[in-house]
Amino acid sequence: MVTVSTTTRTAQDLTAQARDVLGVSRLTNHALTSWLHGIPGVDQVGCEARAASLGTRSIKTTSKAWAIDTAIGMIDLTTLEGADTVGKVRSLCAKALVPDPLDPTTPRPAAICVYGDMVATAKAALGDSGIHVAAVATAFPSGRASLPVKLADTRDAVEAGADEIDMVIDRGAFLSGDYLTVFNQIGEVKQACGGAHLKVIMETGELVTYDNVRRASYLSMLAGGDFIKTSTGKVAPAATLPVTLIMLEAVRDWRELTGVQVGVKPAGGIKTTKDAIKYLVMVSEIAGDDWMTPEWFRFGASSLLNDLLLQRQKLATGAYSGADYVTID
Amino acid sequence: MSRLDVRKTYKLYIGGAFPRSESGRSYEVVSATGEFLANAAMGSRKDVRDAVVAARSALAGWSGATPYNRGQVLYRVAEVLEGRRTQFVEEVAASEGSSARAAGAVVDAAIDRVVWYAGWTDKIAQVLGNLNPVAGPFFNVSAPEPTGVVGILAPQGSSLLGLVSVVAPVIASGNTAVVVTSADRPLPAVTFGEVLATSDVPGGVVNIITARTAEVASWLAAHRDVNAIDLTGAAGADGVDWGALEVEAAGNLKRVLRPALADGQPVEPDWSADPGLGRIRAFVETKTVWHPKGL
Repeated sequence: MVTVSTTTRTAQDLTAQARDVLGVSRLTNHALTSWLHGIPGVDQVGCEARAASLGTRSIKTTSKAWAIDTAIGMIDLTTLEGADTVGKVRSLCAKALVPDPLDPTTPRPAAICVYGDMVATAKAALGDSGIHVAAVATAFPSGRASLPVKLADTRDAVEAGADEIDMVIDRGAFLSGDYLTVFNQIGEVKQACGGAHLKVIMETGELVTYDNVRRASYLSMLAGGDFIKTSTGKVAPAATLPVTLIMLEAVRDWRELTGVQVGVKPAGGIKTTKDAIKYLVMVSEIAGDDWMTPEWFRFGASSLLNDLLLQRQKLATGAYSGADYVTID
Repeated sequence: MSRLDVRKTYKLYIGGAFPRSESGRSYEVVSATGEFLANAAMGSRKDVRDAVVAARSALAGWSGATPYNRGQVLYRVAEVLEGRRTQFVEEVAASEGSSARAAGAVVDAAIDRVVWYAGWTDKIAQVLGNLNPVAGPFFNVSAPEPTGVVGILAPQGSSLLGLVSVVAPVIASGNTAVVVTSADRPLPAVTFGEVLATSDVPGGVVNIITARTAEVASWLAAHRDVNAIDLTGAAGADGVDWGALEVEAAGNLKRVLRPALADGQPVEPDWSADPGLGRIRAFVETKTVWHPKGL
């Protein structure tokens, strides 16, 4: 059972807190711009080198077994296709309930991530298993819709029983420097979420620079996001190690600054156990072990689970496993 | 002024590329008379694992290619082998300690063998398949299909003719292969990889690992994503017990082709003999289909 703490604050509270953090009497786009552009820039070469060096750690035997089980427990098992059917969502839920029929000790993933109209189906299939249902909302993946449509999309998913909402930010507004619009939209969606947990997708592949990733992270946290998430998975590049490193630094520093802990979710392109372990090393080294739980760190993935299961079987049997021993998703 | 030698680095052949061993190890290869020939990559279990991944991903394309197309590609392999004849004669002579004349005969036989199997690709179904007589208004058709990813322990003695004789029948029917070469005579196999890479054989269809056979054989035999294993190279390999390998292969019900036996001991077959269809038949599955007869 994943417990998720959700901070419910009104829009006024959020704005008041933002003013407090920024040290201004009125929250204007100018104030936000000065603050975001005053955050130190990212040393691109240093960041990439640090991410690469953390990727070289050797994690073997019992540590590897622990990492595999931890990673499985952090997965948001995802299906976000136009061709998704009720049957496909049900079979994904069945897989989440029993990831490996050959080994009942296999942990379950943290959540199922689907489009809003599939929430009820997923909810019914998962029952009281404790596996959360996350829904993407706000005109995912482009985010190109009016605010009322985005809010209706969000409320719809929450009413259907979604425990977590994955929203996308308006990258167009962000890139044109209209930070206040992005801030306000996140805040409004946060209100619409009610008790549901809000993950803010920044779509880092479209943000062009690492500086922008850092600014978007701070902006999302300032606006009340419970999680910051790299990508929709529909844009390449999706999650990368350097981008995740910047986000982990941001949540660490944000807790220093405000006392509020925010989670991180890399999503898209994480396909192998080796990749997942690199991310876990980075979580431990950059953010710290406080983030090393499904409550604060998630993987948005679909094929990753199968690779983790194959590696788990390899550790259990001593022989390399194969695709015949996991489901075809 | 004397020219510096440009020495060849003998590497592995995995997924159409020539990587060094993941382990970073290499070992000295010596001629039949004990002279140093080259350093070869010493493949590890992780190289085997990578090779199986490559073979698995190549399987759909290769088994889905038409038999006619596979025949053409195999014939192309023979053409490129022929073009590199001199190089192979040298390597075989050095590895096996034979005269240039004897090595030349071996290389010619290897080329002819590839041509022979190239001719078989589009005839396997006619010979191993059948229209079965049944008591009902149905066509009942049995057709051979490739088994899948096949692990091959290549013969320890015959470094080229033996190698070709075990690899060609496996890929002729549409399987993909992970080949562990002769431990002491790996050089012609690496050069054969270069032939495959330049003759339209898609990357991953044949993967070649030079290694100590005893170290990697059990990983290949136990690998759950390998569908069959050819234990020919267990004969004469140090520390390899083919019976134990067969037991490990049972873990996922692999097809096993046992080594040739003489008095209960594994021996290397006579590669100059007529190969017959045995090696093709060992790595195909028969699919039988019932189809209603209409008028």
